[in-house]
Amino acid sequence: MEQIIYFFQKYKYFLFFLLLASISLFLTINNTRFHKSKFISSANEITGGFYEKTSQFSNYLNLRMYNNELILENATLKNQLEFLQSKKDSITHFIVVDSMQFHQKYSYSGAKIIKNQYHQKNNYITINKGENQGVTKEMAVMNSKGIVGIIDQTSKNYARVQSILNSNSKINARLKNSFHYGTLKWNGKDYNTVQLEDVPRQTSVTIGDTIITGGRSTIFPEGIAIGVVKKVNNSTSTNTIDIQLFNDMSNIGYVYIVKSLDKIEVNILEKTVNE
Amino acid sequence: MNKNLYIAFLFFSLLFLQVFVLNNILFFGYINPYLYVAFVIFYPLRKERTAFLFLSFLLGLSIDFFSDSGGINAFSLLIIAYMRLFFVRIILKKTSQDFLLFRLDSEPFGKVFNYVIILIVIHHFILFSLANFSIQNFSEVLINTLYSSIFTAVLFFLGTYIIRKKK
Repeated sequence: MEQIIYFFQKYKYFLFFLLLASISLFLTINNTRFHKSKFISSANEITGGFYEKTSQFSNYLNLRMYNNELILENATLKNQLEFLQSKKDSITHFIVVDSMQFHQKYSYSGAKIIKNQYHQKNNYITINKGENQGVTKEMAVMNSKGIVGIIDQTSKNYARVQSILNSNSKINARLKNSFHYGTLKWNGKDYNTVQLEDVPRQTSVTIGDTIITGGRSTIFPEGIAIGVVKKVNNSTSTNTIDIQLFNDMSNIGYVYIVKSLDKIEVNILEKTVNE
Repeated sequence: MNKNLYIAFLFFSLLFLQVFVLNNILFFGYINPYLYVAFVIFYPLRKERTAFLFLSFLLGLSIDFFSDSGGINAFSLLIIAYMRLFFVRIILKKTSQDFLLFRLDSEPFGKVFNYVIILIVIHHFILFSLANFSIQNFSEVLINTLYSSIFTAVLFFLGTYIIRKKK
Protein backbone atom coordinates (compact mmCIF):
# COMPACT_ATOMS: atom_id res chain seq x y z
CA MET A 1 0.00 0.00 0.00
CA GLU A 2 2.76 2.40 0.94
CA GLN A 3 4.45 1.58 -2.32
CA ILE A 4 1.35 2.57 -4.27
CA ILE A 5 1.06 5.87 -2.43
CA TYR A 6 4.75 6.48 -2.99
CA PHE A 7 4.30 5.70 -6.66
CA PHE A 8 1.47 8.21 -6.97
CA GLN A 9 3.48 10.80 -5.06
CA LYS A 10 6.44 10.37 -7.33
CA TYR A 11 4.62 10.33 -10.63
CA LYS A 12 1.66 12.56 -9.87
CA TYR A 13 2.58 15.16 -12.49
CA PHE A 14 3.13 12.52 -15.09
CA LEU A 15 -0.21 10.87 -14.31
CA PHE A 16 -2.00 14.22 -14.41
CA PHE A 17 -0.30 14.96 -17.71
CA LEU A 18 -1.41 11.59 -19.10
CA LEU A 19 -5.00 12.26 -18.04
CA LEU A 20 -5.14 15.66 -19.74
CA ALA A 21 -3.32 14.37 -22.82
CA SER A 22 -5.75 11.51 -23.26
CA ILE A 23 -8.71 13.91 -22.94
CA SER A 24 -7.33 16.15 -25.68
CA LEU A 25 -6.45 13.22 -27.92
CA PHE A 26 -9.93 11.84 -27.47
CA LEU A 27 -11.39 15.18 -28.51
CA THR A 28 -9.10 15.35 -31.52
CA ILE A 29 -10.03 11.90 -32.76
CA ASN A 30 -13.70 12.54 -32.11
CA ASN A 31 -13.54 15.73 -34.12
CA THR A 32 -11.78 14.33 -37.16
CA ARG A 33 -13.50 10.98 -37.39
CA PHE A 34 -17.10 11.20 -36.28
CA HIS A 35 -18.16 14.82 -35.99
CA LYS A 36 -19.78 14.24 -32.69
CA SER A 37 -18.08 17.06 -30.84
CA LYS A 38 -21.29 18.66 -29.78
CA PHE A 39 -19.60 20.61 -27.06
CA ILE A 40 -16.34 21.77 -28.56
CA SER A 41 -17.31 23.82 -31.54
CA SER A 42 -17.49 27.46 -32.41
CA ALA A 43 -21.28 27.21 -32.69
CA ASN A 44 -21.79 27.25 -28.95
CA GLU A 45 -23.22 30.33 -27.29
CA ILE A 46 -20.04 31.77 -25.79
CA THR A 47 -17.70 31.56 -28.76
CA GLY A 48 -20.54 32.35 -31.16
CA GLY A 49 -21.27 35.54 -29.24
CA PHE A 50 -17.64 36.61 -29.40
CA TYR A 51 -17.41 35.96 -33.11
CA GLU A 52 -20.65 37.84 -33.71
CA LYS A 53 -19.16 40.93 -32.07
CA THR A 54 -15.94 40.84 -34.09
CA SER A 55 -17.68 40.17 -37.37
CA GLN A 56 -19.99 43.12 -36.84
CA PHE A 57 -16.88 45.23 -36.73
CA SER A 58 -15.04 43.73 -39.68
CA ASN A 59 -18.12 43.65 -41.89
CA TYR A 60 -18.01 47.41 -42.31
CA LEU A 61 -14.81 47.05 -44.25
CA ASN A 62 -16.43 44.80 -46.86
CA LEU A 63 -19.73 46.62 -47.38
CA ARG A 64 -18.78 47.88 -50.83
CA MET A 65 -18.01 44.38 -52.06
CA TYR A 66 -21.24 42.93 -50.65
CA ASN A 67 -23.18 45.71 -52.35
CA ASN A 68 -21.59 44.91 -55.69
CA GLU A 69 -22.42 41.25 -55.27
CA LEU A 70 -26.03 42.06 -54.44
CA ILE A 71 -26.37 44.31 -57.47
CA LEU A 72 -25.00 41.60 -59.73
CA GLU A 73 -27.34 39.02 -58.26
CA ASN A 74 -30.31 41.36 -58.54
CA ALA A 75 -29.47 41.90 -62.18
CA THR A 76 -29.40 38.18 -62.95
CA LEU A 77 -32.63 37.62 -61.04
CA LYS A 78 -34.32 40.50 -62.87
CA ASN A 79 -33.19 39.04 -66.17
CA GLN A 80 -34.62 35.68 -65.27
CA LEU A 81 -37.86 37.28 -64.20
CA GLU A 82 -38.09 39.16 -67.47
CA PHE A 83 -37.38 35.98 -69.36
CA LEU A 84 -40.12 34.09 -67.54
CA GLN A 85 -42.50 37.00 -67.96
CA SER A 86 -41.95 37.05 -71.71
CA LYS A 87 -42.58 33.32 -71.85
CA LYS A 88 -45.75 33.71 -69.88
CA ASP A 89 -46.95 36.49 -72.16
CA SER A 90 -46.36 34.41 -75.26
CA ILE A 91 -48.35 31.45 -73.94
CA THR A 92 -51.84 31.52 -75.32
CA HIS A 93 -53.34 28.83 -73.16
CA PHE A 94 -53.49 29.72 -69.52
CA ILE A 95 -52.48 27.04 -67.10
CA VAL A 96 -54.16 27.56 -63.77
CA VAL A 97 -51.77 26.83 -60.97
CA ASP A 98 -53.60 24.96 -58.28
CA SER A 99 -52.17 26.09 -55.00
CA MET A 100 -52.85 22.69 -53.43
CA GLN A 101 -50.82 20.92 -56.10
CA PHE A 102 -48.18 23.54 -56.70
CA HIS A 103 -45.17 22.12 -55.05
CA GLN A 104 -42.33 24.20 -53.65
CA LYS A 105 -39.32 22.00 -53.07
CA TYR A 106 -36.83 24.31 -51.37
CA SER A 107 -37.06 27.39 -49.20
CA TYR A 108 -34.26 29.91 -48.81
CA SER A 109 -33.29 32.15 -45.91
CA GLY A 110 -30.36 34.47 -45.41
CA ALA A 111 -27.57 34.33 -42.81
CA LYS A 112 -24.35 36.12 -42.03
CA ILE A 113 -21.02 34.39 -41.64
CA ILE A 114 -19.43 35.30 -38.34
CA LYS A 115 -16.40 33.08 -38.64
CA ASN A 116 -14.74 31.75 -41.75
CA GLN A 117 -11.92 29.25 -41.94
CA TYR A 118 -10.13 27.97 -45.01
CA HIS A 119 -6.51 27.15 -44.25
CA GLN A 120 -6.93 23.94 -42.28
CA LYS A 121 -7.53 20.40 -43.37
CA ASN A 122 -11.06 20.34 -41.96
CA ASN A 123 -12.60 23.77 -42.26
CA TYR A 124 -15.77 24.99 -40.60
CA ILE A 125 -17.77 28.19 -40.95
CA THR A 126 -19.98 29.64 -38.24
CA ILE A 127 -23.17 31.52 -39.12
CA ASN A 128 -25.51 33.62 -37.00
CA LYS A 129 -28.69 31.58 -37.43
CA GLY A 130 -29.59 28.57 -35.30
CA GLU A 131 -32.37 26.34 -34.07
CA ASN A 132 -34.48 29.33 -33.03
CA GLN A 133 -34.55 30.42 -36.68
CA GLY A 134 -35.41 26.94 -37.91
CA VAL A 135 -31.95 25.85 -38.96
CA THR A 136 -31.29 22.14 -38.56
CA LYS A 137 -28.54 19.73 -39.48
CA GLU A 138 -27.84 18.81 -43.10
CA MET A 139 -29.22 21.93 -44.70
CA ALA A 140 -27.33 23.29 -47.67
CA VAL A 141 -25.48 26.60 -47.53
CA MET A 142 -24.73 28.60 -50.66
CA ASN A 143 -24.31 32.17 -51.87
CA SER A 144 -24.90 33.92 -55.14
CA LYS A 145 -21.73 32.52 -56.72
CA GLY A 146 -22.01 28.89 -55.70
CA ILE A 147 -22.06 26.31 -52.95
CA VAL A 148 -20.43 26.90 -49.58
CA GLY A 149 -21.15 23.85 -47.42
CA ILE A 150 -23.56 21.82 -45.31
CA ILE A 151 -24.74 22.57 -41.78
CA ASP A 152 -23.42 19.99 -39.36
CA GLN A 153 -23.88 21.41 -35.87
CA THR A 154 -26.48 23.78 -34.43
CA SER A 155 -27.04 25.62 -31.18
CA LYS A 156 -29.88 27.97 -30.23
CA ASN A 157 -28.74 31.00 -32.19
CA TYR A 158 -25.72 29.80 -34.19
CA ALA A 159 -24.85 26.99 -36.53
CA ARG A 160 -21.64 25.45 -37.75
CA VAL A 161 -21.22 24.76 -41.45
CA GLN A 162 -18.98 22.02 -42.73
CA SER A 163 -17.33 23.89 -45.58
CA ILE A 164 -16.70 22.24 -48.95
CA LEU A 165 -13.06 22.76 -47.95
CA ASN A 166 -13.26 19.84 -45.54
CA SER A 167 -11.73 16.43 -46.12
CA ASN A 168 -14.94 14.82 -44.87
CA SER A 169 -17.38 16.56 -47.17
CA LYS A 170 -18.69 14.65 -50.17
CA ILE A 171 -21.13 16.38 -52.47
CA ASN A 172 -22.79 15.04 -55.57
CA ALA A 173 -21.89 17.12 -58.64
CA ARG A 174 -22.15 16.83 -62.38
CA LEU A 175 -21.11 18.48 -65.61
CA LYS A 176 -23.43 21.15 -66.88
CA ASN A 177 -23.48 19.87 -70.46
CA SER A 178 -23.90 16.16 -69.71
CA PHE A 179 -25.45 14.07 -66.98
CA HIS A 180 -22.28 12.25 -65.93
CA TYR A 181 -21.83 12.81 -62.25
CA GLY A 182 -19.13 12.39 -59.62
CA THR A 183 -18.29 13.15 -56.01
CA LEU A 184 -16.92 16.51 -55.00
CA LYS A 185 -14.09 16.30 -52.44
CA TRP A 186 -11.19 18.42 -51.28
CA ASN A 187 -7.58 17.28 -50.96
CA GLY A 188 -6.65 19.95 -48.43
CA LYS A 189 -4.14 21.85 -50.55
CA ASP A 190 -5.44 24.93 -52.33
CA TYR A 191 -8.55 26.64 -51.00
CA ASN A 192 -9.65 27.74 -54.47
CA THR A 193 -9.47 24.28 -56.01
CA VAL A 194 -11.63 21.25 -55.23
CA GLN A 195 -11.62 17.78 -56.80
CA LEU A 196 -14.34 15.92 -58.62
CA GLU A 197 -13.79 12.18 -58.30
CA ASP A 198 -15.24 8.97 -59.73
CA VAL A 199 -16.42 10.49 -62.96
CA PRO A 200 -17.00 7.74 -65.54
CA ARG A 201 -14.09 7.34 -67.96
CA GLN A 202 -16.11 7.79 -71.10
CA THR A 203 -17.07 11.32 -70.09
CA SER A 204 -15.53 13.90 -72.36
CA VAL A 205 -14.30 16.68 -70.14
CA THR A 206 -12.53 19.71 -71.48
CA ILE A 207 -10.88 22.49 -69.54
CA GLY A 208 -13.34 25.29 -68.90
CA ASP A 209 -16.45 23.11 -68.55
CA THR A 210 -18.87 24.23 -65.86
CA ILE A 211 -19.61 21.96 -62.90
CA ILE A 212 -22.95 22.20 -61.07
CA THR A 213 -24.58 20.29 -58.21
CA GLY A 214 -26.14 17.02 -59.26
CA GLY A 215 -29.43 16.95 -57.39
CA ARG A 216 -29.00 13.30 -56.47
CA SER A 217 -28.86 14.16 -52.77
CA THR A 218 -31.76 15.63 -50.89
CA ILE A 219 -29.60 18.42 -49.50
CA PHE A 220 -28.64 20.55 -52.49
CA PRO A 221 -31.04 21.65 -55.20
CA GLU A 222 -29.92 20.71 -58.69
CA GLY A 223 -27.99 23.17 -60.79
CA ILE A 224 -26.19 25.35 -58.28
CA ALA A 225 -22.92 26.54 -59.77
CA ILE A 226 -19.68 25.16 -58.33
CA GLY A 227 -16.79 26.01 -60.64
CA VAL A 228 -14.99 25.33 -63.90
CA VAL A 229 -12.70 22.46 -64.84
CA LYS A 230 -9.08 23.45 -64.38
CA LYS A 231 -7.14 20.23 -64.93
CA VAL A 232 -7.99 16.64 -65.82
CA ASN A 233 -5.87 13.84 -64.34
CA ASN A 234 -6.74 10.76 -66.35
CA SER A 235 -3.81 8.74 -65.06
CA THR A 236 -5.11 8.19 -61.52
CA SER A 237 -7.45 5.32 -60.69
CA THR A 238 -10.22 7.58 -59.42
CA ASN A 239 -10.17 9.82 -62.49
CA THR A 240 -9.83 13.08 -60.61
CA ILE A 241 -10.76 16.44 -62.09
CA ASP A 242 -9.46 19.66 -60.54
CA ILE A 243 -12.10 22.37 -60.31
CA GLN A 244 -11.54 26.07 -59.91
CA LEU A 245 -14.30 27.37 -57.60
CA PHE A 246 -16.45 30.34 -58.60
CA ASN A 247 -16.49 31.34 -54.95
CA ASP A 248 -13.45 32.85 -53.36
CA MET A 249 -13.74 30.82 -50.15
CA SER A 250 -11.55 33.26 -48.25
CA ASN A 251 -13.94 36.09 -48.96
CA ILE A 252 -17.60 35.28 -48.30
CA GLY A 253 -19.87 37.38 -46.12
CA TYR A 254 -23.54 36.56 -46.50
CA VAL A 255 -25.01 33.18 -47.42
CA TYR A 256 -28.34 31.51 -48.07
CA ILE A 257 -29.52 28.50 -46.12
CA VAL A 258 -31.46 26.09 -48.29
CA LYS A 259 -34.09 24.00 -46.60
CA SER A 260 -35.31 21.00 -48.53
CA LEU A 261 -39.01 20.62 -47.87
CA ASP A 262 -39.20 17.15 -49.38
CA LYS A 263 -36.24 15.73 -47.56
CA ILE A 264 -38.10 13.71 -44.94
CA GLU A 265 -40.48 12.36 -47.51
CA VAL A 266 -37.67 11.26 -49.83
CA ASN A 267 -35.65 9.76 -46.98
CA ILE A 268 -38.60 7.73 -45.73
CA LEU A 269 -39.25 6.49 -49.24
CA GLU A 270 -35.63 5.47 -49.75
CA LYS A 271 -35.57 3.65 -46.43
CA THR A 272 -38.58 1.54 -47.24
CA VAL A 273 -36.97 0.46 -50.50
CA ASN A 274 -33.89 -0.73 -48.65
CA GLU A 275 -35.71 -2.88 -46.18
CA MET B 1 -2.02 37.50 -5.59
CA ASN B 2 -0.11 39.75 -7.91
CA LYS B 3 1.27 36.71 -9.66
CA ASN B 4 -2.17 35.16 -10.10
CA LEU B 5 -3.42 38.36 -11.71
CA TYR B 6 -0.42 38.32 -14.03
CA ILE B 7 -1.22 34.74 -15.05
CA ALA B 8 -4.89 35.53 -15.66
CA PHE B 9 -3.93 38.55 -17.76
CA LEU B 10 -1.43 36.48 -19.74
CA PHE B 11 -4.02 33.74 -20.29
CA PHE B 12 -6.80 35.93 -21.64
CA SER B 13 -4.65 38.35 -23.62
CA LEU B 14 -2.88 35.49 -25.40
CA LEU B 15 -6.19 33.72 -26.03
CA PHE B 16 -7.89 36.72 -27.62
CA LEU B 17 -4.79 37.81 -29.48
CA GLN B 18 -4.48 34.35 -31.00
CA VAL B 19 -8.15 33.85 -31.85
CA PHE B 20 -9.13 37.25 -33.16
CA VAL B 21 -5.90 38.58 -34.65
CA LEU B 22 -3.27 35.96 -35.34
CA ASN B 23 -5.58 33.24 -36.67
CA ASN B 24 -6.58 35.63 -39.45
CA ILE B 25 -3.11 36.54 -40.65
CA LEU B 26 -2.55 33.64 -43.09
CA PHE B 27 0.68 34.91 -44.57
CA PHE B 28 1.02 33.49 -48.13
CA GLY B 29 -2.33 31.79 -47.61
CA TYR B 30 -1.37 29.30 -44.92
CA ILE B 31 1.44 30.49 -42.62
CA ASN B 32 0.11 31.47 -39.22
CA PRO B 33 1.95 32.43 -36.05
CA TYR B 34 0.90 30.53 -32.92
CA LEU B 35 2.04 33.00 -30.32
CA TYR B 36 0.08 31.46 -27.46
CA VAL B 37 3.07 29.20 -26.75
CA ALA B 38 4.41 32.28 -24.95
CA PHE B 39 2.13 31.25 -22.09
CA VAL B 40 4.32 28.24 -21.41
CA ILE B 41 7.49 30.32 -21.74
CA PHE B 42 6.34 33.16 -19.49
CA TYR B 43 4.55 31.15 -16.80
CA PRO B 44 6.56 31.44 -13.56
CA LEU B 45 8.71 28.42 -12.77
CA ARG B 46 7.48 26.51 -9.80
CA LYS B 47 8.00 23.11 -8.30
CA GLU B 48 4.27 22.55 -7.98
CA ARG B 49 3.10 21.96 -11.53
CA THR B 50 -0.52 20.80 -11.39
CA ALA B 51 -1.99 24.28 -11.90
CA PHE B 52 0.46 25.03 -14.69
CA LEU B 53 -0.35 21.84 -16.60
CA PHE B 54 -4.07 22.40 -16.15
CA LEU B 55 -3.96 26.05 -17.27
CA SER B 56 -1.92 25.17 -20.36
CA PHE B 57 -4.44 22.48 -21.23
CA LEU B 58 -7.27 24.96 -20.69
CA LEU B 59 -5.67 27.63 -22.89
CA GLY B 60 -5.18 25.13 -25.71
CA LEU B 61 -8.72 23.89 -25.30
CA SER B 62 -10.15 27.41 -25.40
CA ILE B 63 -8.33 28.04 -28.67
CA ASP B 64 -9.75 24.77 -29.97
CA PHE B 65 -13.20 25.97 -28.97
CA PHE B 66 -12.81 28.98 -31.20
CA SER B 67 -11.17 27.29 -34.16
CA ASP B 68 -13.17 24.02 -34.30
CA SER B 69 -10.09 21.85 -34.15
CA GLY B 70 -11.05 19.18 -31.61
CA GLY B 71 -8.18 19.03 -29.14
CA ILE B 72 -5.03 19.58 -31.18
CA ASN B 73 -4.01 22.89 -29.60
CA ALA B 74 -4.71 21.53 -26.12
CA PHE B 75 -2.58 18.46 -26.74
CA SER B 76 0.41 20.24 -28.25
CA LEU B 77 0.46 22.98 -25.63
CA LEU B 78 0.18 20.39 -22.86
CA ILE B 79 3.14 18.46 -24.25
CA ILE B 80 5.49 21.45 -24.21
CA ALA B 81 4.15 22.48 -20.80
CA TYR B 82 5.16 19.08 -19.49
CA MET B 83 8.54 19.12 -21.23
CA ARG B 84 9.41 22.66 -20.17
CA LEU B 85 11.14 21.70 -16.93
CA PHE B 86 13.37 19.26 -18.77
CA PHE B 87 14.62 21.98 -21.13
CA VAL B 88 15.02 24.46 -18.30
CA ARG B 89 17.35 21.96 -16.65
CA ILE B 90 19.26 21.08 -19.82
CA ILE B 91 19.59 24.39 -21.64
CA LEU B 92 19.27 27.05 -18.97
CA LYS B 93 21.02 24.86 -16.35
CA LYS B 94 18.63 25.74 -13.52
CA THR B 95 17.84 23.54 -10.54
CA SER B 96 14.77 23.76 -8.33
CA GLN B 97 16.58 26.17 -5.98
CA ASP B 98 16.82 28.79 -8.71
CA PHE B 99 13.15 28.74 -9.65
CA LEU B 100 12.00 31.51 -7.33
CA LEU B 101 14.51 34.07 -8.55
CA PHE B 102 14.39 33.00 -12.17
CA ARG B 103 13.78 35.71 -14.77
CA LEU B 104 13.89 35.00 -18.46
CA ASP B 105 15.25 38.42 -19.46
CA SER B 106 18.23 38.16 -17.15
CA GLU B 107 19.47 35.05 -18.94
CA PRO B 108 21.96 35.28 -21.83
CA PHE B 109 20.21 35.68 -25.16
CA GLY B 110 21.80 32.63 -26.80
CA LYS B 111 20.43 30.23 -24.21
CA VAL B 112 16.99 31.83 -24.22
CA PHE B 113 16.96 31.66 -28.00
CA ASN B 114 17.68 27.92 -28.04
CA TYR B 115 15.15 27.27 -25.31
CA VAL B 116 12.35 29.20 -27.02
CA ILE B 117 13.06 27.85 -30.49
CA ILE B 118 13.05 24.23 -29.29
CA LEU B 119 9.72 24.68 -27.50
CA ILE B 120 8.15 26.41 -30.52
CA VAL B 121 9.34 23.80 -33.02
CA ILE B 122 8.14 20.87 -30.89
CA HIS B 123 4.77 22.54 -30.38
CA HIS B 124 4.27 23.37 -34.06
CA PHE B 125 5.37 19.95 -35.23
CA ILE B 126 2.87 18.18 -32.96
CA LEU B 127 0.16 20.68 -33.86
CA PHE B 128 0.53 20.22 -37.61
CA SER B 129 0.92 16.44 -37.45
CA LEU B 130 -2.29 16.17 -35.44
CA ALA B 131 -4.09 18.59 -37.75
CA ASN B 132 -3.02 16.48 -40.71
CA PHE B 133 -3.92 13.23 -38.89
CA SER B 134 -2.35 10.90 -41.44
CA ILE B 135 1.03 10.04 -42.94
CA GLN B 136 0.00 11.48 -46.28
CA ASN B 137 1.30 14.96 -47.07
CA PHE B 138 4.01 14.60 -44.45
CA SER B 139 6.28 16.99 -46.35
CA GLU B 140 3.59 19.63 -46.00
CA VAL B 141 3.61 19.16 -42.24
CA LEU B 142 7.36 19.75 -42.18
CA ILE B 143 7.14 22.83 -44.39
CA ASN B 144 4.29 24.27 -42.33
CA THR B 145 6.23 23.61 -39.14
CA LEU B 146 9.32 25.33 -40.49
CA TYR B 147 7.63 28.49 -41.79
CA SER B 148 5.19 28.92 -38.93
CA SER B 149 7.96 28.38 -36.37
CA ILE B 150 10.03 31.11 -37.96
CA PHE B 151 7.03 33.43 -37.96
CA THR B 152 6.15 32.70 -34.33
CA ALA B 153 9.75 33.08 -33.18
CA VAL B 154 10.16 36.43 -34.95
CA LEU B 155 6.93 37.72 -33.40
CA PHE B 156 7.91 36.40 -29.98
CA PHE B 157 11.35 38.01 -29.90
CA LEU B 158 10.06 41.29 -31.36
CA GLY B 159 7.30 41.33 -28.75
CA THR B 160 9.62 40.67 -25.81
CA TYR B 161 12.06 43.27 -27.15
CA ILE B 162 9.35 45.95 -27.28
CA ILE B 163 8.01 45.09 -23.82
CA ARG B 164 11.48 45.19 -22.33
CA LYS B 165 12.31 48.54 -23.95
CA LYS B 166 9.38 50.14 -22.20
CA LYS B 167 10.68 49.32 -18.74
